[in-house]
Amino acid sequence: MAELTVRDREGSPGKSAEPRTGAGAGLLRGIATKLGTALIVLFCVATVSFFLVRLSGDPVKLLLPPEATVEQEATLRASLGLDRPLLVQYLDYLAGLPKLDFGTSLFYDQPVAEVLFGRLPATLLLAGAAMVVCLLIAIPAGIIAALRRGRATDSGVMAGVLIGQSTPPFWVGILLILVFAVQFQVLPASGYGTFAHLILPAITLAVYSVAVIARLLRSSLIDVLGSDYIRTARAKGLGPRGVIVGHGLRNASLPVVTVIGLELGSLLGGAILTEQVFSWPGIGRLTVEAITNRDFPLVQASVLFFAAAFVVVNLLVDVSYTLLDPRVRLRS
Amino acid sequence: MSPVLRVDELSVQFRLGTETVHAVRDVSLRVDPGEILAVVGESGSGKTATALSVLQLNPVPPCVYAGGEIRLDDRDLLRLSEKDMRAVRGNDIAMIFQDPMTSLNPLKRVGAQVAEVLHRHQGVSRASARAAVPPALAEAGIANPELRAELYPHQLSGGLRQRVMIAMALIGRPRVLIADEPTTALDVTVQARILDLLVELAQRRDMAVMLITHDLGVVAEVADRVAVMYQGRVVEDGSVSEVFGAPADDYTARLLRATPRLERV
Amino acid sequence: MTMTLAPRAGGARTGMLRAVLRNRLAAGALLVLLLMVLAAVLAPLIAPHDPNAQDLLARLRPPAWHAEGDASYLLGTDQLGRDLLSRMIYGARVSLLVGAAAALLAGTLGAIIGLVSGFLGGWLDRVLMRLADVQLAFPSILLALAIVGFVGSGLWTVVLVLGFTGWVAYARVVRSEVLSLRSREFVTEARAIGVRDRTIMRRHLLPNVLAPLATIATLHVAAAIVAEASLSFLGLGVPTDIVTWGGMLSDGQLYLGTAWWIAVFPGLALMLTSLSINVTGDALRDVADPKAYRR
Repeated sequence: MAELTVRDREGSPGKSAEPRTGAGAGLLRGIATKLGTALIVLFCVATVSFFLVRLSGDPVKLLLPPEATVEQEATLRASLGLDRPLLVQYLDYLAGLPKLDFGTSLFYDQPVAEVLFGRLPATLLLAGAAMVVCLLIAIPAGIIAALRRGRATDSGVMAGVLIGQSTPPFWVGILLILVFAVQFQVLPASGYGTFAHLILPAITLAVYSVAVIARLLRSSLIDVLGSDYIRTARAKGLGPRGVIVGHGLRNASLPVVTVIGLELGSLLGGAILTEQVFSWPGIGRLTVEAITNRDFPLVQASVLFFAAAFVVVNLLVDVSYTLLDPRVRLRS
Repeated sequence: MSPVLRVDELSVQFRLGTETVHAVRDVSLRVDPGEILAVVGESGSGKTATALSVLQLNPVPPCVYAGGEIRLDDRDLLRLSEKDMRAVRGNDIAMIFQDPMTSLNPLKRVGAQVAEVLHRHQGVSRASARAAVPPALAEAGIANPELRAELYPHQLSGGLRQRVMIAMALIGRPRVLIADEPTTALDVTVQARILDLLVELAQRRDMAVMLITHDLGVVAEVADRVAVMYQGRVVEDGSVSEVFGAPADDYTARLLRATPRLERV
Repeated sequence: MTMTLAPRAGGARTGMLRAVLRNRLAAGALLVLLLMVLAAVLAPLIAPHDPNAQDLLARLRPPAWHAEGDASYLLGTDQLGRDLLSRMIYGARVSLLVGAAAALLAGTLGAIIGLVSGFLGGWLDRVLMRLADVQLAFPSILLALAIVGFVGSGLWTVVLVLGFTGWVAYARVVRSEVLSLRSREFVTEARAIGVRDRTIMRRHLLPNVLAPLATIATLHVAAAIVAEASLSFLGLGVPTDIVTWGGMLSDGQLYLGTAWWIAVFPGLALMLTSLSINVTGDALRDVADPKAYRR
């Protein structure tokens, strides 16, 4: 055997090798920076929604019937704290935010946080179920389309993707109700509580995301499958499954993960409509009701909630990205 | 001595829409154990398509293996099923590619990528395959192999990455090694060391090497025999001293004249 | 990089249209769109009935081919006896108008922000891109709901809201294009001979980002059409005295058990429109950005 060389024949040992503890510390620092950015974004959202709601008209006038007297208006205004200067109200509102104190709902006469969090489980359940449906369909569809690129299966998947992307979620819901609740009467058209109630809303909400993710996974996988390291994997004697599971999927998932975060906005919008179509007692429906009821503390809090959900998920995406891709270190 | 790998009148085409590109035309080559055969030619001459054909790694479609034989011992590789072919790749015949940066999976530790070969072909567990990695890396001239095995490709220099590729190719003890421009993407100072390593390992293991290159200097330095390709055909084939000393083909002569530093040979 | 158009972009644009038409699916989609636009423009001429005329004796009439159908109401009538086909033809006007106007507004806004951000850079770039982050964190449909809910519904309110919330995608793409163009010769030369920044942006940079801009705008039209329909479906979009597909669907959901056609046909029109626009947009992107083209 050859003697074991102590130094690389290339020279300095491990000059570009990064100590792994350093990587961990960098990750934490990166998360801290991202967290700071997220808080700034949320602060902006809170501020904008506060003034937007107030600049759009006097809520007292909207709350009371037109025949109300000036005295009644003044009493209500005072009891809501709306007679104070705008700046005082704003600071008061900001001061409450860290304590999750969003004021009192005008319609429910309860703390906004309580109302909001009471509806949270339903929305989380719906979003979670939709995510499961989405991944169960989108991942196999994306893989199959990529492997059968240019053939009939691929065209079929891509046609489905285009239709899924183009169909408004609430119409999908209506069609599903028409088929499964009205025509065949196998599933309930609305309501909440049992697994059967969950099926149609979850599918409805998933349709758009299935299209987006299947399409992206397909193109990303096609990119990856054409890369040199896939050729290396094949040169090692790996079969299609070994190549895809061992080398293709994780690499192809990188752009998909990024887009999942950005597409969350559409998913939340879809949730609002889906909840409306199926009378699902979640935050989306609550928000629409709050807007129609002019329940502005509740509207403010809902907007903030949706923005926070978006920011948190994207934060998670950033973190998972660094876990998936060793080349990436979080930088602001 | 009987050749371990023989290519007989191989024809490879790429069918792009209505157009057919004849990348390889009636190419015949042979490599003996312990011998280094250099296949030279300009880009587009069909040398890489020939090399990839041996392992059938050309993208299908558009690639079509239109005719000829590729014999490993007595077996015609072109007649093997895809499943049997997989058992050959990385096991009997291994390959090293041009760009070690893109040829390694950026998301996997290099040790795991090397170990994968053993796990695939010798049925050993992932754990014991891993244990075999540091010695293999050391043999490819990598210091601190235990530490290096845990790194990702982007944490290694170009030369080290190519050494990882070499370790990956050789860990399965193949009888034939195909190296497609293995030093082209590397620094000039690193190129010579990688070539030395390849020669040394080939001799020690009595391995047949098919070295694809466009660099006649490399050929003169390491190869035993040379095949010159031009427009998909082998225009000249012989020992390095024969071909370089008295080129029989006009193209080879022109090629040699275009490489001034070869006048030393 | 994505685009390598010559600085003179005019020739490339007509080439793009030809290339899009070569794609048979896209040509079909364009044809559908053309028919939609024609129907919308000529609505008063081709609609068989007044879209708001109620025929209380012919309420919830099924489509004409149905046994109980009435030949004068081709696609049936709604709960007030209004002709569905006529309402759909008039509904196309709102959908296409809102979609195009919102995309135009968002595109103009996004192009200006992207040009300024990419070309001038510095703190302005940082502020604008942070603003984009904030805008993205606002679920746009929720923002639209809130604004329309508080300001009151109206066709132009919807256009403004969808326009002002949709600029981020344009700005980001234009910015990254400009970043790659900024160091190209025709820009550095123009700078060297003292051409003003505004002129460089308008004369040299804008023509080169038109192709990606057109692609996003096309896809955005479809998104805006669906968004308007969503708002109107929730009753927080275009006022109910204007016929919209979303509003029709909202009526239709109430009569799903008895009159499926009210909820099916407007949705079909909506999907077909959005599908045609998306197909066209994809074809545009494939032509404008060959790297993204996959067979």
